[in-house]
Amino acid sequence: MRIVVQEAGFDAGRELTRFSARSGAGDPGIGAIVSFTGVVRDTAKGTLEVMQIEHYPGMTEAALTKIAQEAMTRWVLGDVLVIHRFGQLAPGDQIMMVATSSAHRKDAFEAAEYLMDYLKSRAPFWKKEILRDGAQWVGARDEDEDALGRWD
Amino acid sequence: MDVLYFAWVRERIGLPKERVETSAATVIALVEELRAREDRYGAAFADLSALRVAVDQELVDFDAPLAGAREVAFFPPMTGG
Repeated sequence: MRIVVQEAGFDAGRELTRFSARSGAGDPGIGAIVSFTGVVRDTAKGTLEVMQIEHYPGMTEAALTKIAQEAMTRWVLGDVLVIHRFGQLAPGDQIMMVATSSAHRKDAFEAAEYLMDYLKSRAPFWKKEILRDGAQWVGARDEDEDALGRWD
Repeated sequence: MDVLYFAWVRERIGLPKERVETSAATVIALVEELRAREDRYGAAFADLSALRVAVDQELVDFDAPLAGAREVAFFPPMTGG
């Protein structure tokens, strides 16, 4: 398991190559690797200048580790990778990434979705949109909270 | 104990962290103490349904006990991903 919380950008392609190499080398039974990369989206019709991401140092790493550990108990996984950035991001920047490896694609896909659902609503990150004509905190969406229900 | 504020809670109160001497037994009792201090606390804690709280970096409910707690953090619902 690898959990990374960083301000700097990352190369999703290189991260996936490394994750795949490590997963395959460690376990010849790995038959599926799933990855998801999140990108800063401009929902403000072209007026988004900066996405500020604040987090709770210490709790962030602990919460992500707990979520990844829970995924590893629910599905048979070879490895889990979570990268999440904080600080000042621009539209189009890569904000986060998860990757999972497993013997079968079902476990890898489901675990990746579980990681995404939980880190959206249970990892202490907050987004603020700095717009051309103002700023606003991104509100939590009911759908994101509801999405957790399917994993009960 | 240390009390931390994040996102718009931090902005409304005007600081990210402060040392609070309290004998509050629960999170909600601490909230009542803070609310009684100044208007900016009242503004930040006006609607608890819009807030989340962590004690020693674990999410808890507002009726959670504070015995032995070193750090309490208040923040809006999280928006990661």
